[in-house]
Amino acid sequence: MAKVIGGIFTSHVPAIGGAIAKGLQEDPYWKPFFDGFKPIHEWLKHNKPDYVVTFSNDHGLNFFLDKMPTFAVGAADIYNNADEGWGLPLFKPVPGSADLSWHIIETLVAEEFDITTCQEMLIDHALSIPLELAWPNRDSYDFKLVPVGINTVQHPLPSPKRALALGRAVHKAIQSFDKDAKVLIFGTGGLSHQLDGERAGFMNPDYDKFCMDNLPANPDALTKHSALDVVELSGSQGIEILNWIAARGAMGDGVTEASRNYHIPISNTAAATVLMTTEHALVAA
Amino acid sequence: MQSATAKRTIAGTPVFDGDAAKKGYAINAMCFSFNEKENREAFLADEEAYCAKFRLTPEQREAVKARNVLAMIAAGGNVYYLAKLAGIFGLNVQDLGAQQTGMSVAEFKQKLLDQAKGI
Repeated sequence: MAKVIGGIFTSHVPAIGGAIAKGLQEDPYWKPFFDGFKPIHEWLKHNKPDYVVTFSNDHGLNFFLDKMPTFAVGAADIYNNADEGWGLPLFKPVPGSADLSWHIIETLVAEEFDITTCQEMLIDHALSIPLELAWPNRDSYDFKLVPVGINTVQHPLPSPKRALALGRAVHKAIQSFDKDAKVLIFGTGGLSHQLDGERAGFMNPDYDKFCMDNLPANPDALTKHSALDVVELSGSQGIEILNWIAARGAMGDGVTEASRNYHIPISNTAAATVLMTTEHALVAA
Repeated sequence: MQSATAKRTIAGTPVFDGDAAKKGYAINAMCFSFNEKENREAFLADEEAYCAKFRLTPEQREAVKARNVLAMIAAGGNVYYLAKLAGIFGLNVQDLGAQQTGMSVAEFKQKLLDQAKGI
């Protein structure tokens, strides 16, 4: 049976892609953020996933407001990046696993999650940047991807409680996937930030710390807030924490924090990178 | 039924709900089209004609003409889509933040930096 080995949680600010393209990892502005990936690179040397299951939100690349699924599960064998409107260099395609996707879809619907399935799905900076941060400068990826999309664009949004339950149902699916395989989870976006309105530039280190402190051992603490509570506490785009909450649910129980990095600001965002691991992770000798 | 329920408001924070999504469909559809390079070029070549093609409301057209982000949001624009239009104008999210908060870009960047003091 498949096992979850860990979870990588990180901000996905578009400007990070620009910094990668320009090679600014050691630049004084960017170094405090990129350094957060050093322990992750070390961990990934010993922990090579067969599958990567991600939770992120689309930013008007794959979905428009004509059809806006609350939860969308990719079911493709290949995922391509595309121009998001800024003409930036494209990130490389990511191989997918339609087999694991359909197993997750079957399980989620059996668990009464009424999801949308996508046999074609473009991936934007919310996925391409975190993957590039974790495995920089590769010609191709060795794992197969299953992307799960969560609506953070058009209210009403799913609650933190529902996001956690979705993640837990995905974990159940992974546990019943009939392959001896290692699975790594990603949750992307956040932490607190707000791009729009007179409160633009808002961040909330106290709420961010509350989230990071509780996610490993007590993720249910984050479900005491509604989606609108989170918008108030964390900013209108800080609601992307929903992706982290779902990802944490997908890791199952027995999760510990292995590394944490928190830095203000990256662009308009309180940027964070966290590695959490399970008992199935290998530790360096 | 919806109008019978008092909406929760959060100071200085747009909540892009069903009412905003209905109101803003045209401007957001235009912004979504900017994922294609040729559409960005068509907008730059003839802004009036391009806005007319997407049937922007007069309020939306005025907001775009004025490059006024708060007015675009008031007209139903969603920032995830408006960011693509901002890119055409060469504006990044610090420029957008400065405009919406009435600060200079330098002041807005300082506001971002100042929040590190709380860590």
